[in-house]
Amino acid sequence: MGLPLPMVPQLPEGKAFGLLARFKDAPAIHAACEKVRDAGYTKWDSHTPFPVHGLDRAMGLKASRLPWIVLTTGLSGAAGGMLLQYWVAVHAYALVISGKPLFSWPAFVPVTFELGVLFGALGAVFGMFALNRLPMLFHPLFSANSFAAATDDGFFISIESWDPKYDETATAALLREAGAIEVEVVNNE
Amino acid sequence: MVVTLMVICRKAFKMEAILTLRHFENMAKIILVTGMMVGYAYAIEFFIAWYSGNPYEQFVFINRAFGPYAWAYWIMVSCNVISPQIFWFKRFRTNLKVLFVMSIFVNIGMWFERFVIVATSLHRDFLPSSWDYYSPTFWDVLTLIGSFGLFFTMFCLFARFLPMVAMAEVKTVLPGADPHGDGPKAVIQGAD
Repeated sequence: MGLPLPMVPQLPEGKAFGLLARFKDAPAIHAACEKVRDAGYTKWDSHTPFPVHGLDRAMGLKASRLPWIVLTTGLSGAAGGMLLQYWVAVHAYALVISGKPLFSWPAFVPVTFELGVLFGALGAVFGMFALNRLPMLFHPLFSANSFAAATDDGFFISIESWDPKYDETATAALLREAGAIEVEVVNNE
Repeated sequence: MVVTLMVICRKAFKMEAILTLRHFENMAKIILVTGMMVGYAYAIEFFIAWYSGNPYEQFVFINRAFGPYAWAYWIMVSCNVISPQIFWFKRFRTNLKVLFVMSIFVNIGMWFERFVIVATSLHRDFLPSSWDYYSPTFWDVLTLIGSFGLFFTMFCLFARFLPMVAMAEVKTVLPGADPHGDGPKAVIQGAD
């Protein structure tokens, strides 16, 4: 059908996917993310069982584009709702009720609001999926040893091998210095 | 409805530490606020109908309050608007028995709101030949009770197979989750 579903991750070339390092807790991963960011890495990510406050700033992430997507879809929905009612009330079924004007916009507010919310919510959900390349059924990290703990009590940083600063020994040393409990090389399938 | 289910589940599944009295107090405040919003809506409906000068629209609302189904209308108003006023007092906001009973009243009130909208509008339809007084038959009542059964079946299946409380959300607000803190402290004895 041509739909790009399910999505596949962007993977580096070659055998190695990169390094996966496990940290003890939220303060540990926060400090480690700042170190990795300051060392100049760009192709890396952190994996936590719950959202850690301030981690996107610690990772040096740019502001997300999702709010703009939601704003666009929400405003389109609201405008579409108002336009629909305008066309229906003024052109398609122009009924004069109690002498009220044809374009009685206060009566059009509920539908406009609801359609704005609906399209905004759909934009948020599908926009978030699209930005995260979801649904993504497979990722090389699933085959790493202890990665299953990422949904329980494990805090991980993964640095991918196509990062310009990636070097298996040097990067592993940096991660250990930053406080990693274990560091593992992850291979592409 | 949420408060009804929450009070029961909290007791049945021993979730007192996760679902706290503070949650319930906040929900009581929400019930109070939404009850007053709904009361405002009822009042403004009357005002707009009167202000419109449209005798048919005026009749619709006067009929709701003083016609043959007035009993349903006033049950709706007392359950939705008047009874939540008890939640101005903290003593009642934090009392689980009061909360549970109140949530049942609100359920009844909301049911009657839908009844008023449907039955009252239909019993004075556009064609006067359709005007009649509707009484539910035995089978209507059974269908209603059946719908309660369906809902509770679905809820029991949910409680059995799906997580009732999102662990990730609980972890996020624990003190150990603060990235500028000391990390998680106590480990429960015997946990793996």
